[in-house]
Amino acid sequence: MNGLFGERKREVINPNGVEVTGLLSSEMLKMAQYKENERMNKLQTKNVNCWYSDFHALRDINMEMKHNTVTALIGPSGCGKSTYLRIFNRMNDLIEGFRLEGEVLIDNKDIFAKDIRINELRKKVGMVFQKPNPFPKSIFENVAYGLRVNGVTHKKFIKETVERSLKQAALWEEVKDKLDKNALSLSGGQQQRLCIARAIAIEPSVVLMDEPTSALDPISSAKIEELIWELKAKYTILIVTHNMQQAARVSDKTAFFYLGELIEYDDTKTIFTNPKKEKTQNYITGRFG
Amino acid sequence: MMAAKSNFFNAEERTFRLSLSAIALILILILVGIFCTLLSASIPSIQASGWKFLFSSAWDPVTNDFGSLPFLVGTLLTSLLALLMVLPFSLAIGLFLGEYYTEGRVSQTFKSVIELLAGIPSVIYGFWGLFVLVPIIRSIETSVGVIPYGIGLFTASFVLAIMIMPYAVSITRQVITMVPRHLKEAAYSLGATRYEVIQKVVLPFSRSGIFAGILLALGRALGETMAVTMLIGNTHSIPHNIFAPANTMPSVIANEFTEAVGTIYTSALIEMALLLFIVTAIVNFIGRQIIKQFAYDDK
Repeated sequence: MNGLFGERKREVINPNGVEVTGLLSSEMLKMAQYKENERMNKLQTKNVNCWYSDFHALRDINMEMKHNTVTALIGPSGCGKSTYLRIFNRMNDLIEGFRLEGEVLIDNKDIFAKDIRINELRKKVGMVFQKPNPFPKSIFENVAYGLRVNGVTHKKFIKETVERSLKQAALWEEVKDKLDKNALSLSGGQQQRLCIARAIAIEPSVVLMDEPTSALDPISSAKIEELIWELKAKYTILIVTHNMQQAARVSDKTAFFYLGELIEYDDTKTIFTNPKKEKTQNYITGRFG
Repeated sequence: MMAAKSNFFNAEERTFRLSLSAIALILILILVGIFCTLLSASIPSIQASGWKFLFSSAWDPVTNDFGSLPFLVGTLLTSLLALLMVLPFSLAIGLFLGEYYTEGRVSQTFKSVIELLAGIPSVIYGFWGLFVLVPIIRSIETSVGVIPYGIGLFTASFVLAIMIMPYAVSITRQVITMVPRHLKEAAYSLGATRYEVIQKVVLPFSRSGIFAGILLALGRALGETMAVTMLIGNTHSIPHNIFAPANTMPSVIANEFTEAVGTIYTSALIEMALLLFIVTAIVNFIGRQIIKQFAYDDK
């Protein structure tokens, strides 16, 4: 982002009547950055079409998501919402026969461009999966895993990052005395929060969540939802969910997918109180799906 | 009426189950039968040689002095050497088929090639070894400066490695495809490259399974007779280097059984068969225990 800001500072600052003469104070830099973020899309897809071999999974999806927002993707099973989520960290590339057309932009850069290194991209786009999937290692090593993959060896730094990430994921208090215990000894809800800590330990700017609470009990789910709300301050979050109440509770915007098409995308409030399309209306009132 | 009918079905059900059990029992009887036959037929030799049979290097039909140590060593050495040779290949091909080409034409081709390899009769491997491999190894031996027998421990192990490769490869491939997808995805999502995923997730997870597969392949290698007999050199002594000729338990049995005269000579060969049976059983047992452990870890 800094690079982009550097290029555009005149444009951003001048409308506010500030003379760009000397060094900008850090406050002003922050403000400018904030305004810049407001204006720019964090994530964007233009005419995206996806196929699994012959199956046309996504059709002409045009969507944009702002910085530091939570966007919920809802729709019946097989509607393409998970596929859509997974194009942002190119997880679908692992599936044989997957093909994508169109543009997928993060910070205005096409992530399917030739010069993009997939593993570098995935370091910037964290992911939390449907089933908690900690590695069969210690709690500490799970969170440190991403750092180690990235070649970080500084012990103190790793320790601090692990602690900070666990705190952010609201798990620190529960595990601080047993960091060397196997992660699989934790409860399902704790494991999922551990996975969130693992994902944010490498400081991504986007966090993708693929039905993160579907395997959890209501109390654990509530904790995760609360967490999502807090994480929004730092990350741009995309969440796939089957739970409509959850979408309504945690998200700023909601997108309704049906049979590979984006039917409606609007503010969550609008989608749930005053949807424009009949299909959306039918789905959220439980008439199908 | 209903009761009668259900009784009838119960009776039918029971007869069917009983007949299945009886047929299944035959399998166990065969195993026990072979073991008992071997045991009872080797009693004269056991009485004559005692524990010495296991530790002696003598093999003298004239004085009825028998020891199986060179053959035991020969068997274990050829098998272990073959395993060492097969390990990198089975790992590489297993990863290739289990991680990179899990389906599609490439993997189909490889799978049928592996099946065909497994189906080649061992005498053909033996011939191939004699006519192709032996001259090559002889020239290597000449250049290294050891006696150029051509045949010997190394040659036999080499052919054995090729023969057990299909088994090792298919088990390795299976174990590697069993690594849970969600763990691999977790690593990928943290920015791991494919190599890092293989190194840090796939291999640690499948290590024990691969080891078990190798052990099962070892079980096969231990018993392999024909090709080994043709290439091992059939010398009744403990080999002093890996090119030296040696002998294995199955090939001694195959070579000498027809000409064994006298109760003790015959009985000594049968005792060797018993020993081979036990060694193979132990190896198989260990392999299965490890696989069980592995399957448990998977959950």
